Amino acid sequence: MNTWRDKAIYTILVGAASTSILIVLLIFFFLGKEALPFVKEPGFSDLLQTRWIPVSFNREVFGLLPLISGSILITLLATILMIPFGVLGAIYIAEIATTTEKRFLKPFIEILAGIPSVVIGFFGLVVLSPIIKNLFGLSTGLSAITGALLLALMAIPTVITVSEDAIQSVPLSYKEASLALGANRLQTIFRIIVPAALPGIIAAVMLGMGRVIGETMAVLMVTGNAAKLTLNPFSSVRTMTATIAAEMGEVAFGSTHYQALFWVGIFLLIMTFLLNLIAQQVLRKYQMR
Amino acid sequence: MVALANAKLMVEQVNFFYGDNQALFDISMTIPDRQVTALIGPSGCGKSTFLRMFNRMNDIIPGTHHTGRISMDELDLYDPKTDVVKLRRDVGMVFQKSNPFPKSIYDNITYGPGIHGQKNKSTLDQIVEHSLRGAALWDEVKDRLYDSAMELSGGQQQRLCIARALAVEPKVILMDEPASALDPKSTARIEELIGELREKYTIIIVTHNMQQASRVSDHTAFFFEGELIEYGETSQIFTTPEKHRTEDYITGRFG
Repeated sequence: MNTWRDKAIYTILVGAASTSILIVLLIFFFLGKEALPFVKEPGFSDLLQTRWIPVSFNREVFGLLPLISGSILITLLATILMIPFGVLGAIYIAEIATTTEKRFLKPFIEILAGIPSVVIGFFGLVVLSPIIKNLFGLSTGLSAITGALLLALMAIPTVITVSEDAIQSVPLSYKEASLALGANRLQTIFRIIVPAALPGIIAAVMLGMGRVIGETMAVLMVTGNAAKLTLNPFSSVRTMTATIAAEMGEVAFGSTHYQALFWVGIFLLIMTFLLNLIAQQVLRKYQMR
Repeated sequence: MVALANAKLMVEQVNFFYGDNQALFDISMTIPDRQVTALIGPSGCGKSTFLRMFNRMNDIIPGTHHTGRISMDELDLYDPKTDVVKLRRDVGMVFQKSNPFPKSIYDNITYGPGIHGQKNKSTLDQIVEHSLRGAALWDEVKDRLYDSAMELSGGQQQRLCIARALAVEPKVILMDEPASALDPKSTARIEELIGELREKYTIIIVTHNMQQASRVSDHTAFFFEGELIEYGETSQIFTTPEKHRTEDYITGRFG
């Protein structure tokens, strides 16, 4: 009877669901379109150089390697920092904290999640970076480790919230079974609950890494932005996101530099894609049905 | 009444409260050693709450408290000096819904001995075989001990949970409707198993199923609205109950 209406609703639903696919494809298309001329002139191999000197009187160099290493270095450092705080924090909130403690802790975590990244960048610039400078005796506090600390700070609420959900959703029956066998609280948490929640916890860390790798403003403010190919956490580095944000506004439309920045975007996209792929593989491996 | 000569567990004037809600009223009974005691009664009568008092599982529910005394071989279960971990080793539990850990069959069995410090591989191997044989599951799973326990059927999972409880060598086994979620064939397996286990263990079983209580138990206690209405030998309770409410319940007039 209502076939035309069913069809219309069906079309609307399909359209809504496909919009995201369409948008992703469009983004791919325009990234490719803007970046492609670079392959002909000056050539793809120019992107694999070890220096990024986009403005020069002699010769401009568009090597992405220092930017990629900067992003990877900061992401890894931030991940190492956020795992203990995020995961242990989630375990505490989900399994150990009293109701009163929870009522106190959770709003603060939400506030931390809601602080704009530019404000966190301010904090890093004015408070954290001098501390880092004095603590490690550096010539400048604007370094990879400063950026990583800030990014960890920004990612921790995500890690805590998602991990806590994963821990909460471990069936009570596992906990009861463990306790009934004479396990104490910590044995139950670390041998039963955390392993059972591990896929969710890994997903939480991956989400946190996703946030870290894509974050722009805070790292732009505190990492010193020197495009150096290094894995030294105390060195100034420049990330891919910061490069795009800092240079896109000043670049001549359609120039080689402009095209190189689109390549930075493409590599960033590839990295987040790989991160998602790894996350899925890890999830599949640990999930025991 | 039940003879006191071979008493394993003594319950004296126990009251239990969820917050302000009283769930158990002045329960006193003696549970004999190496026999099967069934707790029956309609939903919400307090029989599961009562069962969970013997291994102090109610401790993990916030806002609960109790009065009275429960003792096992003279040990006061709720004495502040009593080691809950040790108590739960001696008093194992099988739950209504089978709850194997999402680990291998082998790891499910060795979890209990492992947390109590047993690390010797060959001892653990022996415990696994012994426990699985005890739970009549060995022949079905001996070739796939390292497969996930989640791949077993519902009845096998429940027997695995029994094997897991046996692995820590308890003296008492509490069973909370262990067959309520199983098909008739698996239920028969579990009942048969209970018959074998009673040689070595004191078993307390909560059941909704009247026939099951009459088949597997030596003694039966009938609970109603948090009170122990009648307690005696199973044959007597099911043939010549003394109280009207017991008779009404077992003949199916309510519940």
